[in-house]
Amino acid sequence: MKITVKLFATFRAGRFAVQMQDCAPGTRIADVITALEIPESEIGMIMLNNRHADPDHQLEEGANLSLFPLLGGG
Amino acid sequence: MDKILRVNMSDLSTKVEAVPAEWAGFGGRALTSTIVAAEVPPTCHPLGVNNKLVFAPGLLTGTAAANSGRLSAGAKSPLTGTIKESNSGGSSARLLANLGVKALIIEGAPKQDKWYSLHLDKDGVKIQEETELVGSGNFAVVQALEARFHKKVGVISIGPAGEMKMASANISVKDPDSKLRSIGRGGLGAVLGSKKIKFISVDDQGGPGVKLADPEKFKIAARTFAKTLLDHPVSGQGLPTYGTAILVNILHEVGGLPTRNFTAGQFDGHEKISGETMHATIVERGGKPKHGCQAGCVIQCSQVYNDKDGKYLTSGFEYETIWGLGADCCIDDLDDIATADSIMDDIGVDSIETAVMFGVAMEAGVLPFGDGKGVVRMLRDEIGKGTPLGRILGGGAASVGKTFGVTRVPVVKGQGIPAYDPRSIKGIGITYATSTMGADHTAGYSIATNVLNVGGRVDPLKKEGQVELSRNLQIATAAVDSTGMCIFIAFPALDVPECLPALIDMINARFGIGLTGDDVVGLGKYVLKTERQFNIAAGFTNQHDRLPEFFSQEPVAPHNAIWDFTGEEIDEFWNF
Repeated sequence: MKITVKLFATFRAGRFAVQMQDCAPGTRIADVITALEIPESEIGMIMLNNRHADPDHQLEEGANLSLFPLLGGG
Repeated sequence: MDKILRVNMSDLSTKVEAVPAEWAGFGGRALTSTIVAAEVPPTCHPLGVNNKLVFAPGLLTGTAAANSGRLSAGAKSPLTGTIKESNSGGSSARLLANLGVKALIIEGAPKQDKWYSLHLDKDGVKIQEETELVGSGNFAVVQALEARFHKKVGVISIGPAGEMKMASANISVKDPDSKLRSIGRGGLGAVLGSKKIKFISVDDQGGPGVKLADPEKFKIAARTFAKTLLDHPVSGQGLPTYGTAILVNILHEVGGLPTRNFTAGQFDGHEKISGETMHATIVERGGKPKHGCQAGCVIQCSQVYNDKDGKYLTSGFEYETIWGLGADCCIDDLDDIATADSIMDDIGVDSIETAVMFGVAMEAGVLPFGDGKGVVRMLRDEIGKGTPLGRILGGGAASVGKTFGVTRVPVVKGQGIPAYDPRSIKGIGITYATSTMGADHTAGYSIATNVLNVGGRVDPLKKEGQVELSRNLQIATAAVDSTGMCIFIAFPALDVPECLPALIDMINARFGIGLTGDDVVGLGKYVLKTERQFNIAAGFTNQHDRLPEFFSQEPVAPHNAIWDFTGEEIDEFWNF
């Protein structure tokens, strides 16, 4: 199934900003993170279709997955 | 800090007073709000003789504590009519602390049509007539005063907007690079203007400095504290690398980036105005991606942004400004926004209020959405010059909304709503509604827990837990605002267990006292209740703790969320 993965801030270094990917049905967010070689301890926010999500969430066709390091501001 | 300086602009007299015992434990916001609540009649005209403007460094200002150099200013606000405290970085707080000044209270107003300045040094405070710099922008004031005195002189000033008593006028504070930081919200620049003071210069040479009751204990606590700031990913890496503008893409993803005068939650041009783009542009043009607004800052969230010829354009280029002129006004050219930011610094207007105002002005048809050059022209030639249109625009978002018959006016208690949509991030909506300051995001930054997963997690799209979250954050923030600390210490304070105890240890070592965590919470509650009492006496009721009607009626994409808190649910906030 096709999903869109978006990376932000330092996660883009050596990777990409936006990429469409193929993945097997039943793929979890954690699997995508592992495949990108991002240590789970560095994950700040995970957003799936504009809502907060957890790593063990299963992805569906057309999913929009955004990954952020721990960031903040004011 | 053992002196209170009083300046009376009605009879041009000054007094040096001892600190009353009941004020000894206060600094920053706790002190300004205590004094304003005690000495300003809540029903006074904010631009009249009975309002007072109080400046106060924080409890830890002047020590070696990291990030402790913020300056608070307080008064009755001409924009909101509530009590107001606003604070900034820059160098002046530290200089005041070194002079032993716990607070500077400016009262009365001159009857004659003359302008003045104040000068603070080891001998006290002098009022002097000022002619040369009247009408000057803030950058020129800083340059002129460095020539008059010396490079290290502290400067607190107003631009033409403050001289013209515009309700969006801010107060500028010189930073270590001779640029400007802003005591931004609530029109305090107009209060200083109503007292006919163009600037305050501060020279700490020969001052007593700040003494510590227990220097050894302080040193240990300060080291622990600074380490927590460096260890937390937000204060230690994210903010120094990208600044606050990193929030553009985050808020876009969460669907809470107010766009086109709060009619949508995402902006097509978001990538062009993002923190990632700003960082790359700064580096490419030889600016500084990392920069501190005060000596002793270890977070360095600020930056120096150059134009395409590599010349200084602006610094302190914040998420709020970029969001407001960017997404809310649909301008996707970062250079236009930076030019506007620099002019707002120079003429001395709050960049949040002004950005929200332009969104309303665009909806009113005063200029088209997306017209970056038009915004720059109106700042420079209308607001900066005080034309009739400029005076309306300089009055802020509510003023423009009323004048042009707009209903979609995003303000609470007359103050423009900042860069987070309350429909899709409900926790910040409670802060906007209930804060004694009017719509204010830093007063209780629910974004941390609703969006950024700092200090736990509360779903931004649900009502559960939001009132409690906002309450805890507002109480904690009121306490932090009293220490002279930059609010960004809140990120490590929420997540790193050693941070808050180290902060309390520093306060205890500075004064030789024994505060506990409960005392700090107690201080925060006291500040909020004192401020609320003032507002009630000024005529505010729980009906003012509400968001504008359109938030309950207009769903915002992508979540089609609306603001659905009842009045009773919001009023629960004050049950403490």
